[in-house]
Amino acid sequence: MISLNGLFKVTRPLLEALRDLAPIILVILFFQGFVLKQPIPNMEEMLVGMVFVLVGLALFVRGLEIGLFPMGEGMAHAFAKKGNIFWLLLFAFLLGFATTVAEPALIAVAGKAAEVAAQGGLIETTAEAMSDYAFGLRMTVALSVGTAIVLGVLRILVGWPLHFCIIGGYFLVVAMTWFAPQEIIGIAYDSGGVTTSTITVPLVTALGVGLASSIRGRNPMLDGFGLIAFASLVPMIFVMLYGMLML
Amino acid sequence: MSMLEMFSDTFVSTMRDVLPITAVLVGFQLLVLRQKIANVWRVIRGFVYVLIGLAFFLMGLQEAIFPLGELMASQLTNPAFVYSELYAQGITTIQTVRWDDYLWVYAFAFAIGLATTLAEPSLIAVGMKAEQVSGGAVSAWGLRLAVSLGVAIGVSIGCYRIVTGTDLWLYIVVAYIIVIAQTFRAPSMIIPLAYDSGGVTTSTVTVPLLAALGLGLAATIPGRSPLIDGFGLIAFASVFPIMSVMGYAQVIRWLEKRRAQFRRTAELDEL
Repeated sequence: MISLNGLFKVTRPLLEALRDLAPIILVILFFQGFVLKQPIPNMEEMLVGMVFVLVGLALFVRGLEIGLFPMGEGMAHAFAKKGNIFWLLLFAFLLGFATTVAEPALIAVAGKAAEVAAQGGLIETTAEAMSDYAFGLRMTVALSVGTAIVLGVLRILVGWPLHFCIIGGYFLVVAMTWFAPQEIIGIAYDSGGVTTSTITVPLVTALGVGLASSIRGRNPMLDGFGLIAFASLVPMIFVMLYGMLML
Repeated sequence: MSMLEMFSDTFVSTMRDVLPITAVLVGFQLLVLRQKIANVWRVIRGFVYVLIGLAFFLMGLQEAIFPLGELMASQLTNPAFVYSELYAQGITTIQTVRWDDYLWVYAFAFAIGLATTLAEPSLIAVGMKAEQVSGGAVSAWGLRLAVSLGVAIGVSIGCYRIVTGTDLWLYIVVAYIIVIAQTFRAPSMIIPLAYDSGGVTTSTVTVPLLAALGLGLAATIPGRSPLIDGFGLIAFASVFPIMSVMGYAQVIRWLEKRRAQFRRTAELDEL
């Protein structure tokens, strides 16, 4: 009986991962077979890759359940019990900063932005000027995500309604679009999407929900979510500000 | 490159990405909170699972899905496919681009937007939490389906925009006006979750495929610039889920109201 139970424990996440991936496989097969009417190139690699994706997704979900979620929530409870706002906000800032500063997607976007700026004659076309610019941009985004998580945590502590913060923020973004240099705008808008990586999202969500459920008077559903919304909004504002100050 | 080298490469870059976060978590745990973590070894095992899982996941994507998806995106947007009938007649210069020449592209955008968002790991995480916190009122699967539908609709409209060459800001402004209007009408419980889902979708699986589709379209249609028109799709993929998640909650509330009304009239009939 124990072995049957164990078998179930192993196969369940795999079956769920299969269900999550089945739509992608179906879409590819349908368009390749019926619309483009072409065979699948290197079928073997494709199958091996699919097995990797399946196993990876199942492991990731299991790891969330036993690792990332309990850790994030446990720390949120501990901070709430300790009652020291300074340490909590410092933690929030560093969590946002640390998850972003080494993000590969951000490094790529910053490099591209420096190229665009150099071609546009905004900075000198030397390697040094370009790497300075890219580094400055990376730090700006990392600082902005740290600030975003701090603002989001403050919101949970104080209990402001989220939609006023976010709608107000978007008005600010639209207003700044008028004043910021053309070249930075596309990058600013993209930076909002770059910052929310696969490890940041579960940790930050667990932190928010954990805080909201351990502070009296806060509702985890109303106050716990929303940190990610901050983390995709604030970088846009900071990057446009960087563009206005630097160029 | 051999399989093993590829895996260790992906693993090292995942490690580099995760290291600063681990340092912050461990540092605060040891120096500030100074508390014993319940089930330390279980939590550590969870972190290891996440690391290895992500490395496998990313490597599998690069091996299987991205190359084929990008190839398909470029084939579907290729004039030789879009105008295959004209090409067969020997006409290879296309004078005017009509929006309905690209119906298969919109269909592909819809299908691939839906499918990739369903497999997005960060959305799976948010769905799990939402179901747990709401006590089952918001189901993980329902939320993910709503977000995926939002991405699918948004991305198809985004492709239509690239084909017709209309201004991006116009669509985004209208979308935000709808979002603001919905914010004041939708059940308040769903709003933070809806705003979060906008940021979650633009992640590991969805972005590379959408970028390939947008760039392919912008590069093959005369008068479009890949630099300006190619990137707008991501913006669509992050606004539309906000609408669809609020819409999902509105539909559920409406259904419940209607069911309650039916029950009331049924009771009255019995009397």
